Amino acid sequence: MKRIYAIESWCIDCRRCEVACKTFHSKSKNTVKAFTLEFPAPRNRVRVEGGKTLSLAVNCRHCAHPKCVEGCISGAMTKNPKTGVVTSDPEKCVGCRTCVSMCPFGAVRVEDVVDKGVAYKCDLCGEVLGEPGEPSCVAACPNRALIYVESEEC
Amino acid sequence: MLDYLLPRYKVERDRDLCVQCGVCERSCANEVHHVDPDLGRVVADHAACVNCQRCVVMCPTKAIAITKWPQVDSGSANWTLGYMQDIAKQAQTGAVLLSSMGNPEPYPIYWDHLLLNASQVTNPSIDPLREPMETRVLLGGRPGMLKVNEREHKLVSPMPPQIKLDVPLMFSAMSFGSISLNAQMSLAMAARELGTYFNTGEGGLHRDLEPYAANAIVQVASGRFGVDPHYLAAGAAIEIKIGQGAKPGIGGHLPGEKINAEVSRTRMIPQGTDAISPAPHHDIYSIEDLRQLIFSLKEATRYAKPVAVKIAAVHNAAAIASGMARAGADIIVVDGFRGGTGAAPKRIRDNVGIPIELALAAVDQRLRDEGIRSTVSLVAAGSMRSSADVVRAIALGADAVYCASAALIALGCHQCGDCSSGKCNWGIATQRPELTRRLNPEIAAERVVNLIRGWNHEIQEMMGGMGINAIDSLRGNRLMLRGVGLNEKELEILGVKYAGE
Repeated sequence: MKRIYAIESWCIDCRRCEVACKTFHSKSKNTVKAFTLEFPAPRNRVRVEGGKTLSLAVNCRHCAHPKCVEGCISGAMTKNPKTGVVTSDPEKCVGCRTCVSMCPFGAVRVEDVVDKGVAYKCDLCGEVLGEPGEPSCVAACPNRALIYVESEEC
Repeated sequence: MLDYLLPRYKVERDRDLCVQCGVCERSCANEVHHVDPDLGRVVADHAACVNCQRCVVMCPTKAIAITKWPQVDSGSANWTLGYMQDIAKQAQTGAVLLSSMGNPEPYPIYWDHLLLNASQVTNPSIDPLREPMETRVLLGGRPGMLKVNEREHKLVSPMPPQIKLDVPLMFSAMSFGSISLNAQMSLAMAARELGTYFNTGEGGLHRDLEPYAANAIVQVASGRFGVDPHYLAAGAAIEIKIGQGAKPGIGGHLPGEKINAEVSRTRMIPQGTDAISPAPHHDIYSIEDLRQLIFSLKEATRYAKPVAVKIAAVHNAAAIASGMARAGADIIVVDGFRGGTGAAPKRIRDNVGIPIELALAAVDQRLRDEGIRSTVSLVAAGSMRSSADVVRAIALGADAVYCASAALIALGCHQCGDCSSGKCNWGIATQRPELTRRLNPEIAAERVVNLIRGWNHEIQEMMGGMGINAIDSLRGNRLMLRGVGLNEKELEILGVKYAGE
């Protein structure tokens, strides 16, 4: 499957990826509306760790054997056997945070969405859960610090 | 002490569009932007802005535009805001004003007064998409007379060393130290891809660039930084830099803070010391001395590499070029006053030197008059803004051109002219690791290759329109040019007729 790889030597801590991610995962798909109007506020799934001297855009690895799926108690976190994309179904998620604690990369987070906490993570910008799309963060990166390339294992 | 300086620019932020994401704040090495959580908006320190436009390009919502500081001047056409600000600055510091890039003053740009010809009826134009169109150029010395064994179709007279360019354009000298290694790497990668050459500048050849040495012209300047037999042997050609268009008569000064471990190793000077290039070469005080250095370098490289000599375009450029040719230079480089620099005293940049168009035409004519034009190659430098400028330069007599500013603009440079501060937000004119990292050579090289490929297509189109199918037939072909808005003297020096003639 194609995966997003972050290259720390080219990450410049601008965090345009975060803005693009938040925009894609908004209802309006409009940056201004996503940041100022929408409620619940859309969340970016990619997160730049570090700072000026060293930074890296941390994102879901869509592992071949994902710990988050293994730990999910409600069946919300699944790995699509065909595409390999790991996604969380907000309808099924109960917000127990097992996936958060099991993810070795800290790529899953749970934040309160209106009435309950829901796990959210990178879905490769698919239109449908489990289907990969064209990742917005990769398109927004000005320095090719994020690349979307074919990789081994599904 | 209160300084009397006004901000030069004003950051205009569209509050309807700003989402306070902070991309601008993290993009600015001058610390202009600040997301203020108390105010709930992004504030700007306008005085710190240098108009590099990094934030403008990076802003995800295009909420930023940089404008001029709105303060009106005194109303005097003599005491303009520019002069008054310079005085305020010098009254504060007592220092020489420093500037970067080429001469920005509104002197005539002769390129804009030269129009190209096209064929109609009597000689057909050529479609470069359907017919071969040669843009290859060979640079180097040429024998006075060519002896050919016609029976065996073989060359009898030995040919001096030459370098082959697939496009009539090379990247001018910019040293490691003045620009980042990533910037040099970008040009080196682009040069290899395009089949042309980049120039190391006077700062030596970084070991990471050695794989690209076959596409490098290694420079020997007055500071002799990084010069040793290995360096000379590595490059495809050697260039002796006598002068630079942006600062004729002036040496260079790379401050100690830019001499980090890598620059120190490459330049072969101690870390943290100022790298000072003297104004003259201390062993060159005459054409005879120049001849000694040219032949020392040829001797050191076993006469296997062409030696170029670069001078700034100054008043007696034609006579000097003649001397250079006779001193044994294989390639004569003339750099006009609009050519860029990482740092030059402002008064020198703005007032010294002459336009490349006039210098080029004068040098070419002088060498022709003396019957030695065919023994050397002539390269013009000093602001080639488009493929049309390249075509004009070749028609005025250049074999090829050097271009650097256009290549830097392809890398992201927005000509803010703040190179000397070492805080280039585009990662070009800086050695700070957090800034040089912003220039990924893979992307940058692609952009430069795209630019030059585009130019080369346009050069082919323009030549085809003239009914010419090779750069060789365009060189010095001033009948392909006509002047507009020029006086008799200008036409005489440029050697072109007026439009309509």
